[in-house]
Amino acid sequence: MAVIRPRLPRPASILVGKAARAVTKLRGGSGSAFPGLVVERLDPGFLASVLSQLPRGVVVVSGTNGKTTTTKMVVELLRGQGLKVFTNRSGSNFTRGVVASVLGEITPRGRLEADIAVLELDEAHAVHFVRAVAPRYSLLLNVMRDQLDRFGEIDTTAGMLRTIAEHTTHGVVLNREDARVARIAESLQDQEIRYFGLAPELRKHFPSDDDLHASNATLAPAELPEAEVTLTALGTQQGTFRLGTGENAEEISTELTVNGAYNTYNAAAALALVRQVLGGAIDHQALLRSLKEAAPAFGRGESLTVGGAPLDLVLVKNPAGFRLGLSSFSAEGVATMIAINDNYADGRDMSWLWDVSFESLAAQGVEMVSGVRAYDMALRLHYDGVPVRGVEPELVVALDEFLSRHPRTPRRIFCTYTAMLALRKHLGSYTEVEAFN
Amino acid sequence: MKQIRVLQLYPRDMNIYGDYGNTLVLQRRLQWYGYEPVMLSYNPGEEFPTDPDILIGGGGQDSGQDRIQADLLGIGERLHALAEQQVPMLMICGLYQLFGHFFETRAGRRIQGIGILDVETYGTDKRLIGNVVAESDEFGTVIGYENHSGQTYLGDDAAPLAAVTTGEGNNQRDAHEGARQHNVLGSYLHGSLLPKNPAIADFLISTAVQQKFGEQLGELASPASSPLPLQALTERARQTASSRPR
Ligand SMILES: [Zn+2]
Repeated sequence: MAVIRPRLPRPASILVGKAARAVTKLRGGSGSAFPGLVVERLDPGFLASVLSQLPRGVVVVSGTNGKTTTTKMVVELLRGQGLKVFTNRSGSNFTRGVVASVLGEITPRGRLEADIAVLELDEAHAVHFVRAVAPRYSLLLNVMRDQLDRFGEIDTTAGMLRTIAEHTTHGVVLNREDARVARIAESLQDQEIRYFGLAPELRKHFPSDDDLHASNATLAPAELPEAEVTLTALGTQQGTFRLGTGENAEEISTELTVNGAYNTYNAAAALALVRQVLGGAIDHQALLRSLKEAAPAFGRGESLTVGGAPLDLVLVKNPAGFRLGLSSFSAEGVATMIAINDNYADGRDMSWLWDVSFESLAAQGVEMVSGVRAYDMALRLHYDGVPVRGVEPELVVALDEFLSRHPRTPRRIFCTYTAMLALRKHLGSYTEVEAFN
Repeated sequence: MKQIRVLQLYPRDMNIYGDYGNTLVLQRRLQWYGYEPVMLSYNPGEEFPTDPDILIGGGGQDSGQDRIQADLLGIGERLHALAEQQVPMLMICGLYQLFGHFFETRAGRRIQGIGILDVETYGTDKRLIGNVVAESDEFGTVIGYENHSGQTYLGDDAAPLAAVTTGEGNNQRDAHEGARQHNVLGSYLHGSLLPKNPAIADFLISTAVQQKFGEQLGELASPASSPLPLQALTERARQTASSRPR
């Protein structure tokens, strides 16, 4: 492993980067990729030198699903313990995005005022990142079919997470219930390995891709290692976690701001990581408070009020996520819309729609199907015997029609990433929109 | 009601990128044509079901392929006999490769197939990924999504399933997509293949019905469940898919 020598960044690169960032902002850009690119060209060791000054080093969160929300929870749990935390909050989970975030907070002399950095990294880019900046701790959530049309094989994605773990210097937290992630432990020697996991009776709520047609990748229960944090019970916006192992284990139950089974399990992941990072020195009351208040990350599904009635946006981007979305929320009494795009950021391959069962929607039906691949989705529903009341590929037209036909009932839209962005943008034109959580 | 037995090979290990959709489409269309589908599956070490009328199989991870390979050689003779009897079959991606003579890895190791299709496959370090559109005299425009790094070449006894107009298909050198020999079809297309290519689904069904009961397929009676009937939905989905970037 390469040893990264602390080195102060060249002042010129900081100034140029800051200027580039200001210019991008003025031009109305998101202020993320461009300045990062400039600094990277000028000073390739920039990130390593800034981040290596942090007293508690760098923590990395990666995996296919849930990394934005989990990263946010880790940040809030650590802040609740009084740490100054730097994070890549712009949601651009690439090395350049991290550089851009650093530039926003760095002093002209190249100091980052923080105790620790918690970074969300996309699997593919994380591999480059960890070669430049070795994380002290890493949290690896899951490997699911998602960007497979980019990476090729699910085993390739697992290999990327393995690389992250191998470059981590102190401790690695692994998802015990994801066989591909749990198996990463086999190739680690020097790192302290911890797991987060599920009580056996909860496993049925978290089907993996492999479970869809009988499982081959899950370990037999007897072979499972003990978990540092175990999710033992699941309620509506409520979770019970067993912390620690053996005789020292204790159970805590808490209300949560995040909802859905998936985010509750992400909370277990965040707790396991925070316990490893802090060691024994934890303020328990503060931890519980932060856990209760942590909210899901922006853009990963949210609850709005439009025209006085609730509207939930649920992001779906792979079969496991869609199945969880369908099983986490009951369809009863809710008007449902589904919006499926196949732009680059969504993934071009529509095969995954056939790996989700939509039969739970059959009784209520689906009010509107939209997006570039509206007809693929409608066809999928037809073969599952789900009645569809409208098909309109144009998102804006479909949304207006959906909302005007269901002004007073609670509404839920399952949507892919770029469909969600377009819907949110159009929702901005409605006057009575209120976002909560 | 007249039964048609549909056998899915290795659903546990070879069933990826929506290949399950092929099973579902056969099941539903058989019902809509007035038959009773009997859905069967076969995994390594299990007893091979008797008298299947249609066989289907999908793709898998490399690890899945390793798990089933020895077992497949064990049932190879039985599958050969079924193919000789003109039983219709559809094999996607990984099982398409193993229905050929062999898969030669990048390192030169040969993984033996059962040779029902006169094709051979060579591992490459380039993955062919993206939307595919291909033309077939028999099935019209064939639409799907490919994702494979093995490249397949046809021998004299196998005919191409279709000629690629968008994408790569079997390999980067010729324009062939898939293969056909007897009534056995091989293809690289996921997507799933059958929902957007009902002509291929109906070929499998009508061949089975013809052989078992000596009768032609009647009308498809699919329940109306959306503003558009099934045929129109399928046509629109096909139009969109064939107009999307690779
Ligand atoms: Zn494949």
